Order: sequence, then C-alpha cells, then structure tokens
Amino acid sequence: MPLAQTVTAVPVVVDDAKCIADKGCTVCVDVCPLDVLRIAETLDGRKTAYMAYDECWYCMPCEADCPTGAVKVNLPYLLK
Amino acid sequence: MDEIRDGMNRIDCDILVIGGGTAGPMAALKAKARNPGANVVLLEKANVKRSGAISMGMDGLNNAVIPGHATPEQYVKEITIANDGIVDQAPVYRYAQNCYDIIQELDRFGIRFQKDKNGEYDVKKVHHIGTYVLPMPNGETVKKALYRQLRKARINISNRYMATRLLTGEGRIAGAICVNTRSAEFLVIRAKAVILCLGAAGRLGLPASGYLYGTYENATNSGDGYALAYHAGAGLANLECYQINPLIKDYNGPACAYVAGPFGAYTANAKGERFIECDYWSGQMMQEFYDELVSGNGPVYLKLNHLAPETIGEIEDILHKVERPTRGTFQAGRGTDYRQKMIEMHISEIGFCSGHSASGVFVDEDARTTVTGLYAAGDMASVPHNYMLGAFTNGAVAGEHAGDWIRDVDHAAIDEGAIEAERRRVLAPTLREDGIPPNQIEYKTRRMVNDYLQPPKVTSKMELAQERFAEIREDLSSGMLVRNSHELLRSLEASSILDCADMAAAASLFRTESRWGLYHNRVEFEGRDNENWFCHTLLTRGRDGMPTLRKQPVAPYVVEIDDTEKDAYYRQRVGSNALKTVAAE
Repeated sequence: MPLAQTVTAVPVVVDDAKCIADKGCTVCVDVCPLDVLRIAETLDGRKTAYMAYDECWYCMPCEADCPTGAVKVNLPYLLK
Repeated sequence: MDEIRDGMNRIDCDILVIGGGTAGPMAALKAKARNPGANVVLLEKANVKRSGAISMGMDGLNNAVIPGHATPEQYVKEITIANDGIVDQAPVYRYAQNCYDIIQELDRFGIRFQKDKNGEYDVKKVHHIGTYVLPMPNGETVKKALYRQLRKARINISNRYMATRLLTGEGRIAGAICVNTRSAEFLVIRAKAVILCLGAAGRLGLPASGYLYGTYENATNSGDGYALAYHAGAGLANLECYQINPLIKDYNGPACAYVAGPFGAYTANAKGERFIECDYWSGQMMQEFYDELVSGNGPVYLKLNHLAPETIGEIEDILHKVERPTRGTFQAGRGTDYRQKMIEMHISEIGFCSGHSASGVFVDEDARTTVTGLYAAGDMASVPHNYMLGAFTNGAVAGEHAGDWIRDVDHAAIDEGAIEAERRRVLAPTLREDGIPPNQIEYKTRRMVNDYLQPPKVTSKMELAQERFAEIREDLSSGMLVRNSHELLRSLEASSILDCADMAAAASLFRTESRWGLYHNRVEFEGRDNENWFCHTLLTRGRDGMPTLRKQPVAPYVVEIDDTEKDAYYRQRVGSNALKTVAAE
C-alpha cells in the first residue's frame, strides 16, 4: 500500500532563541526515553532541537534537564 | 536522519543486565559489589539517566516493611490475601526480609525518607491491613542518585541498544542479540548470566484517548522483557491477572490516592460519597471501582476539596513535582483546582505488571527464571505487588546471585545460525519498497486488545481476538515497512506488543474461573473455583510457536493464613459486610 503523510500537532516545543544546540548541546535528545527529539538546522543556518516524532509520554526529562530552559512540554492534544 | 547502517559487533561479558530503569541499575551494582572482577554490562533501550518507570522520580515507597511498623510475616500475609492466595510466598518473604536493608542503602545513595519529630520513619497506612507507605521528600532525585552510583562502580553502560532475542545454548542462557535504535547496527553480547529488568508490558491496551503513547506506564515499557523471556523458553506466571490501575481520566497517570490518602483524601463517586473502604490496589478494589464507574453513581473521583488549603498545597507540591509532573499542567488546562473540584478518575487500559498486580515472568526467591542463568526482576518478574522498592530489592537479589553463579561457569556455546536468522527477521521490514508502518500494526493490535480482551472477559470475544492477532501477525511478518532506524525500534516494539497480546488471550482463556476481582473476571465462570484453580498458570512457548499453558501448584505457605482472614480483601464496599459469592468453596 502506498503511504500518506498525516499532519499532527506535537506537544514538545523548543524556543530556538534559547536552544544552544549550535554549541553542541544534545541534552534533551539524549535523555528522552522515547527518543523523539532530534537536532535540525534553522532557516538562518543555526541548529536547534525539535520534536521529530509525535510519540510523547509527556514525562518531562527534556524540559527538566535543558540547561537554558528552552524546552516546554505541553500535553498531546488528544488527551489534554 | 536515523539512516539504517549495516554493522555487526560482538562483545563478551560475565553478566548482562537488560534494562536500566529501577531493578537494572541495582542488579548491576550488586553483581559488581559481590564479584568485583566480573565484567557487568547494563544495556538500555533509552538512556539510563532518565529511563524507566521512575524517569522523573517517585513520591514514596508503597511497600516498606520497617521494623517497629510491620513485620515480614505480616507483609507476606497481606500480599497473599490481596492476591486471592495464589502466591509463592518464598520470594515475597525474601523481599520483605531484605527491603529494609535496601532502604538504608538508598539512604546512603542520598535518597531521603520522611521521618517524624522523633526521628522515626513516618510510615502511613494505605493497605487494607498493615502500614507500609513511606514518603520520599527528595524523590525527584532517584535516577540521578542511581546514575552516580553506576559511574562510581564503573558499570559498562550501553544506551540506545534494544535486545531483540536472547541466545541460549547447552540448555542455558548464552547472551543476547541487540540492535542500535539510532543506526540499526547489531551487537551480539555473549554472557554467562543475563538479568532481565525491562519493566511492565504497559503498551498493551490502548488508552481511552487513542494516543499510542498516552499510557499509564512509561510508554517505553512495551513488554519487551515478556517477549524476550517467552522466546527464550522461560515460563510466565498468571498473565491473566492483568494490571488495571485507577488513574486521572484522559491524562492517564496516577491520581494519586497513595499520596493524598494519608492527608485525608479519598476515592468518591459523583455524589462525593466514599464507596470503597481502602484505596490500596487489588483486583477486588478494581472491581468495585469498575462497578461504580458503570453504575448511576459514576464517574469516580479523587476527593480533596474538603481538605484545608495548606494541606492541598502540600499534596500539589508532591504530585506536580515527582513521578508525573505534567499532572499540574493537565489540571491547569482543565481548570481543576483541587480546592474546588474533585478530580475525575477512570481505569487504565490493560497491561502486564507484577509491580502492581501479579502477571510476570516466573521467578523463585533467588530471582531465577525457569531458564538456567536467566534472572528477572522488577515489574516484569512474578513477585506480586512489588512496586519500586521490590524492583530495587529483587534486582539486588538477582545481581548478588548472578555474581556468585558466574564464578563456576563459562560462556555457553552459541548458535551462529540463530544470530543470522534473527538479523534477517529484524531487517526484513527494511528491505520492502512499501507496506504497513509499525504504528498502524501497533494501533490495530492494541485496539483489538481493548475490544476483545478487556474484562469482563468473554470466551467468544477472546477467540475472535486470537483470529485478529493471527492476521496482524501475518501482516507484521510479511508486510510491515520500516524506513529508518527509529521506525525499526517501533517495529520491534510492535512485535513485543503482539506477542503479549497473544499471551494475554491464551492465559485468560486457560483459567476457567473468575479470580482477582476485575483482573480476571470471566463472565461465564462466576466466582472462584478453588477445587480446580487454586494454582498458578504457567505459560511457555509451544512447539507451534504459540503460547501453551499448564497448571503449577502454589508452593506450601511459609506464613499460614487463618481461614477468617482469607477474604479480608473481599470486604471492600462501604456499608457491606457481605462477602462476594464464592462458587465451589
């Protein structure tokens, strides 16, 4: 069967002005139990963490361990 | 991103601990302490720093047997009664005798336990009979404290590796085949002993929200340990004694009556009235909860709004900081101020978890499974109502026993053909041009689990479940599509989940009586049938590759239970001293 892309609103939001992935930080990516965060390049060529897979247990290590307070865990829309 | 790379590495170790959540780190530490020369590897699918059920810590101990407050004999008695008598007491007794030492050990790690003005442990009563609940004021620091100890002991940690199958040889454990979740490269680990600490099968039923990861248990706990043990030939006990937990509706996490109860909160119906005598989880309590939910008195709530505002503040400080901190975000979003409104509750999807009920890989008092050299501890091992302290304590038991056992054995010979066959099985979905993605395989499996396996259990529905699972199994093995290493991880989890679904159906069909309240409420077989079913059920993998079951006698009790005490957990409903109907007794 062919595949389709389905849009989904993701619960984890990263403030790229505060994110220091550019300096090599990967703390949130490292600690996520479900391994859903990755590092991407922004339009201006900087790096930032973002939620690549909508598979979140809204558990909080990414937010709690972020050294700059850039990560916010919201609740997935389906259960909030 | 997450591209699939070709690779195969091999390492040898003495003791391989799989799962770095709660039991796993303690097993690794104790194995190393017992046998400092041993090479101990701790393998984790996520990252040991924040993995497992206590990723964000825990608010307290639910089953602390502390001298002066409870005795091991009392605790064994309580757990036996709460499990309808189907308990091998020796492992429970071992836990009850050892857990106080583990509390002191955790204290040395820097984890604090609440004390009263006189410096005594401030133990609270939540259970029906005894007193075992001990708050942890800095419970949010548990994982950090464990990680410090692992570093200090120089345990070899391998993060982001998932074990896909265990290796056996010469009739005993030989190691494990693992795959990197970010590169799909293989790692074959030979080991003299393997300790399974992979947590609950918490991604079995589908949460009411329909969100795959909105589970009660940490959603990483997809039943991989149950599947690993099953395929290695180990026995699994009483899987029909499902885990079903009370929870905050929609949020799907603990409400949590064990924390709020000692402050004066209680479970109430829509009228704000108490309907159960005791908030401690048992199958019988869950049956009363379910009955109230579906009655005209539902839904069910956790009631705090009668408490003083400063008391509620104290409860909020715990509930919104530890274990599931996003509870605060959720309640704020719903406009639920505990001072004004009651908290709407519901019951969880089904799962396997001995930490809360009794469905686990069968182990004896040394944490040994039925496969030589293979141990299990924590939520996935069959010691009932084990909770976090049980995971730590029995992880320690497993680690110490394995530390001694490996002195006299060498690595078992491994079958190279099995490694190659497993590599082909794992990578098959990556070789297809198109097909069904793992998330759809998983969703369908879990939706069928809800439709057909949730109690009240009905024979014809469970047989339909088996038909659907067989179709999904065919889709999984010949039509699943994986495009990157992350999806490969999910495809392997989908396989564990389907194995657990088949095990849940087979075990539930085998026991033709009702037992453990809601957990095994079989509509056509009302009441307990002690004459035929006062026994464990033991599930193993049959020759056809599907589950097969047999009865196993309950080991003679270490602590006798008086006839007048046996039904204490059946007297749950407020205002009723009448016992539930007990057939054939």
